Order: sequence, then structure tokens, then C-alpha cells
Amino acid sequence: MTTNGTYTPPVTPAVSTTDPLAKVDAMLAINTDLARTVLVKFIQDGVQKVGFQKVVLGISGGIDSALVAYLAAEALGAQNVIGVRMPYKTSSPDSLNDAQQVIDTLGIVSCTIPITPMADGLITQFPDMSRMRQANIMSRQRMVVLYDQSMAQRALVIGTSNKTEALLGYTTLYGDSASALQPIEDLYKTQIRQLSRQMALPAAIQHKPPSADLWIGQTDEDELGYTYEQVDRVLYLLVEGRYTVDEAAEVGFDRDFVAAVWKRVRLNHYKRTMPNVAKLSRRSIGHDFLYLRDWSG
Amino acid sequence: MKVTIGLAQIYPKIGAVAANLAAHLDQIAVAKVQGVELLIFPELSLTGYNLQDLVYEVAMHPTEDDPTFKALLAASLAHDMDLLVGFVDTDQRARYYIGSAYLSRGKVVHIHHKVYLPTYTMFDEGRYFAWGDSVAAFDTRFGRVGVLICEDFWHASPPYLLWLDRADLFLFHSASPGRGISSANTLSSAHWVELVNQAYASMFTSYVVHCNRVGFEDGLNFWGGSVVIDPDGEVIAHAPYFEETLLVQTIDLNQIRRTRARLPLLRDERTGLLTSELARILGSAAQPSRDAEPIHFFEGHHE
Repeated sequence: MTTNGTYTPPVTPAVSTTDPLAKVDAMLAINTDLARTVLVKFIQDGVQKVGFQKVVLGISGGIDSALVAYLAAEALGAQNVIGVRMPYKTSSPDSLNDAQQVIDTLGIVSCTIPITPMADGLITQFPDMSRMRQANIMSRQRMVVLYDQSMAQRALVIGTSNKTEALLGYTTLYGDSASALQPIEDLYKTQIRQLSRQMALPAAIQHKPPSADLWIGQTDEDELGYTYEQVDRVLYLLVEGRYTVDEAAEVGFDRDFVAAVWKRVRLNHYKRTMPNVAKLSRRSIGHDFLYLRDWSG
Repeated sequence: MKVTIGLAQIYPKIGAVAANLAAHLDQIAVAKVQGVELLIFPELSLTGYNLQDLVYEVAMHPTEDDPTFKALLAASLAHDMDLLVGFVDTDQRARYYIGSAYLSRGKVVHIHHKVYLPTYTMFDEGRYFAWGDSVAAFDTRFGRVGVLICEDFWHASPPYLLWLDRADLFLFHSASPGRGISSANTLSSAHWVELVNQAYASMFTSYVVHCNRVGFEDGLNFWGGSVVIDPDGEVIAHAPYFEETLLVQTIDLNQIRRTRARLPLLRDERTGLLTSELARILGSAAQPSRDAEPIHFFEGHHE
């Protein structure tokens, strides 16, 4: 055989288990080399085709932004990745330190822009403002900072959303979900952990409890009410597997849990779509004026 | 008889016909240096794949009057190199087709229109394109050839029809998006295509050549992995995944005779049985009974 590259016949590791949950976990297992190859090329392509060389992203100290920073540094070179730390006054010092570790390990360009003054400019006007409103404001202020840095440094904003949070709507619209390209949004949280392990992210970041750190002591899993391992299995069956709620429950889950997850996916669909456009003309944006995003680049 | 085949695993840019033509001419020049006699480009190689409303802007006529085809025809003559290119064809009645043109020595030898237009999941071809209504082999200086485009060979009947139409060399080309990551070391779409193409080469004791594109369109990746498979079903050349490549492989058409001496599947193919059984099956489906026949194979057929 002649070959211009490396080719080995496809091999799927055998799964020998009768445990239904372990079988779903096996379906969620990804070939991390393959994912890494595609995502690195996606970032290179997505940045270059719109005439940019650099990306900018928020580095929170969590696993998602760390992984995107690693992928972007591999794709573009560390000198072309700008990591921004954006602490609020209540942010955990551990988050800031973990973020700095990502920046130092990769040797990417960095800056720290506290959002306290800008966020408090609005928050203090409403003494009774709920915690959730404050959290959304923080998320959106970070978006403002990143898009400002995008213009200041001619760097494309690269997103750090994952598939689990996007499906569950565990995200702030026009806040953390705002970006020009999303390299890891088709990976569930548990798959992000697999890829992070393969890319040797700092152990502290890989193993700490996921948190948006929008208030003191917040963790994703407390707020969601279930673990990522649990919900990823259900989402995988419902989304990839096209199981009905009943079929997914039969695999070995509480039906109310499955139904609640699917309801949450539905109720948050507006966060994953563009706003509806009232159609009047024969050819309308959002309906039948159809070009790829890449048309512009 | 030996033929040196080139598979131009390129990255066509969406809607950029002039740039894509320039890339074709570059590939032809490089291939010539490597002795290529037949150079195959991917599906929609001149236009890019997911064109949506750009379909109407990039459509062309595969004739000398068209500036793109004029350049390609001239190159096929100047370099004495046969070419298979992908483009958007349109007819006089404003219908659009995903087209493949086989060019040789300054002439258009054959046009194939894609007969199966995937319109499901991320595919929306049926929204824009008319389907072709012919699956025909044609004679070339390298023997009789059959051309199919991507979804065409996800169905078993087009390759089979080409085999009965005396094709011994199957030229398949694709713009196949990668999808289906698992713990396996290839994407499931790549694995599936390689599996069926090895099956066609094996069952038809013929050469199967598959040229797929690379690059990205919006979030879609195209996985490349172009292959040449011999009449024994062995992959004899394999391009890398995801990388632009010119894969060059010389094939020995005499291997077809040697394989068929060992495995006379074509000699034994019972086309009379096929015809009579097909008539029976289609005849009974013409008067379907929902209760008696749980599977109605032809109900979805729109023609």
C-alpha cells in the first residue's frame, strides 16, 4: 500500500459489559487524538478565513476555557492567543490562580481586566437585585470586555461553550455564549474531561468541581441538581441516540429525571437559535435568505 | 494496461469559482510532473459544497463557451490528461444539478448528474437541486468508466447499474462531511464510506477510486481520506485524513482479468433472474396492501 499519510484500519475498542450505564459511558468515549486534530484545524481555518491571526478568550480558571486555550495555542501559536482574566470582587482567588496557571503554562499573551466597576455601575442601582440578575450582568460585562479587546487587538473572540451547558441552557444569552466560533460546543462535559486529560491540562483544573464562580460557593452540579456524568448519559441518548424519553428511561434512569432534562432542553432552545424574524417579504433574513456564515469570509 | 491516477484531495472555497479553477490548474500542473494520466477532483470541486442560495450564482454550462470549462478543456488537451471535475450544472429550463464532467483531450466525454440528493440531518440538497435521471457508464481511453457522486453510492443500485453497464473502473467523488466521533480512530462517516467502497470493489471485482475533499464549511469538516481500491477489495493507496494532498497511484487494469479468473462473479451474475424478480417485486408493489406487506419499498419514490 502506498500512502501519503498515516493510515491504520479503523478499530473500535470492544466494550464487554452488561451494565447499561457503562454502555452509555462507552458511547460517550471519544478518540481524543481525532477530536484534537479536527478542533485544531477548525480553529486555524476559522481564524484565517476571516483574515485574523489572533484569538481572544476569557480564562476563568475552569476546564472549558482552559481546554480552548490549549487548543487555540496549538492551532495558532501561543503568541496569537490572548487570555483575559476578568475577576469580579466576589470571584474566588483560586479561579484567578488557576487561570494564571493556564496562561503561564501555555505562555499565551494575557491581561487582567476586573469587571467590578462596570458591573457594579448597574448592580448598585438596584439594591434588591437577585443573585441571578447579578450573575447575568457579570457574564455580559465579560462579553463587553472581550469584544472590546477583539477590536483593540484585532483578535477573534473564541467561545468556550460545551454541549451539555448549551443543551441545558446553562448559559447567559449574549454573555458567555457570545463568540465568533465555538470549537468545543459539540463535546459534552464528560468528553471535554477526556480531551483535557489527553492534552495534559493542569491537574487542579481537571479535577476541581465545575463552577461559573458567579457567586461565592456556586457549583454547576449543585445548581443543576445532578452531576455531569448523569446528565450527559441522558442527553447522549436523547440527542445523539434519538431515544424518546421513555426509551431513555428504560435504559436505567428515573423517568422524571429524563423528562425534566428534556424539558429543560426544550425551554432553553431560544438560547441556541437566532431571534424569530417576522416574515413579510418574499425573501427574508432568517427564513429564505440562505448563505453560510463562511460566505462573508 | 497501466494507468496512473491522481486524486486531487483539495479544499474548494465556497462560491469562489475563479480561485477554485486556479487550484485545479495548479493541481493539473503538479500531477503532470508525476505522470498522472487521469486526475480526479472532489464533488463540487469548482464551487464548494453547501452553496445554499449561491447555487444560482455559480452554475455553469460544461461547454467551451464557459470560461471555466474552456480553461479545463484546454488543460486536458495541453497535458494529455483526463479530468473529472465537480460543478453546478444547469439546463435551459433553469433546473440545477450537482454535476460531474469527464474531460479528455479537449472534449467533454460524459456528464453525470447526482441521482440521490441527501436531504436529511445537515444535508439540504433537495431544496436546491434537481436529481439526475441517468446512471450510465461511458468509454474512455482507459476502458469503460462509471462516475458517481457521494450519496449516489450510499445506495447500492447505482454502482450495480454501472457494473451491468460494463464499467470496470468506478470513479466516485464526494464532499463528505465528517461526523460521528466515538472511541474508534476514524469518524463513523469515514469508516462507513471506506467499508462500502471496499465492498463494491470486492463484489464487482473492479477498481474503485474515491476522491473526497478536505477543509471546512461553517462548522462542517470534510475528512479527505481518498482511496484507490483494487479488484480484490484491497486498499492500495490511501490519502491522509483532513490534509490537502495529491495522491498518485498507478493501477494495473490487467488485475481485473486475474481477479475475475479466480472469482467469476460478473460471469455468473444472473441478470435474467434480476429482471424477472424485479418485475415481480415492482409489479406487486404497484398494488400494495398495507396489511399484508409491512414494508413498502417504493412508496417513497416521487417519480
